[in-house]
Amino acid sequence: MKPGHGEVLLTEGDPRVREDEERLIEEFRRQLDEGMWAAVPTTHAGSGRREAQMVKDYADIPPEAERVIFFPRASGGG
Amino acid sequence: MLPALLVLALIALVLATPLVIGAIRRWRESRPPRRSEDPLDLRLYDPGRERRAEQRARELLRSCVNAEEWAMYRDLGFIRVGGRHRRRGADRPGRTSYAYLVYPHKPIVAYVPGSGQLLSEYCVEFPDLGLGDRPVKLPPSDDVLAKWMALTSDEDRVIKRANMHLVGRQHDPARVRRDLWRLSEWERRRERRRASPPKNTSDGEHPAKHSR
Repeated sequence: MKPGHGEVLLTEGDPRVREDEERLIEEFRRQLDEGMWAAVPTTHAGSGRREAQMVKDYADIPPEAERVIFFPRASGGG
Repeated sequence: MLPALLVLALIALVLATPLVIGAIRRWRESRPPRRSEDPLDLRLYDPGRERRAEQRARELLRSCVNAEEWAMYRDLGFIRVGGRHRRRGADRPGRTSYAYLVYPHKPIVAYVPGSGQLLSEYCVEFPDLGLGDRPVKLPPSDDVLAKWMALTSDEDRVIKRANMHLVGRQHDPARVRRDLWRLSEWERRRERRRASPPKNTSDGEHPAKHSR
């Protein structure tokens, strides 16, 4: 999510392909270095309840995740 | 005498000319570039950019939250997110003892679902991390999604970062109570529709609301 623009596709690829994975890892790190938060939308298998899972490392991304959403860090507002 | 002075002045002028030209060049180079005078070269404001960004944001939100939360946002303009903690020992396990109302670009409101008691409002923003002079906001639906993701993944972290106030600083308490009443009516209608599903609607959503 980019302020003023909305959703922007940063990169995409198959993490099982080495070149793609390297590109995905590089972009993931770049976003976190820029201070973004990363979250993966998830669905509970049993209840069907949806929630998000924060990820701080590329290895934390669930293997079944289809996307990672980066958004600006929360800060106290007025 | 006069011709001698004129000659001296001329020599001084010739000697000073390169210095003056150099100073003018440096001054011109240090100035910010001027906009072209060509009227066709203006940077035009795109009135559809924000609308398109919001449309994309709505689609992204819809793809992340569940059907009930999406319908709530579409119909009422906010999403309810249950709190993860028990408020006190007397709270019944398995039942949300408090919940949040998530509004776009407004503080998150915490309340007690059973009584409708308003607890507090949490002012939280997701500002642009760039170095621009003017703070840029997320599209409204992205703001809701960011709050939803932050609350459902790490409630404590986002609440700690937020500025907490009693309800009334930015929200009108009467309006929030009215929103809670609207929510309860909306849920009642939805339950009724679920109990007797109308023909030609698969998930009980109001057909008129599908139009954009």
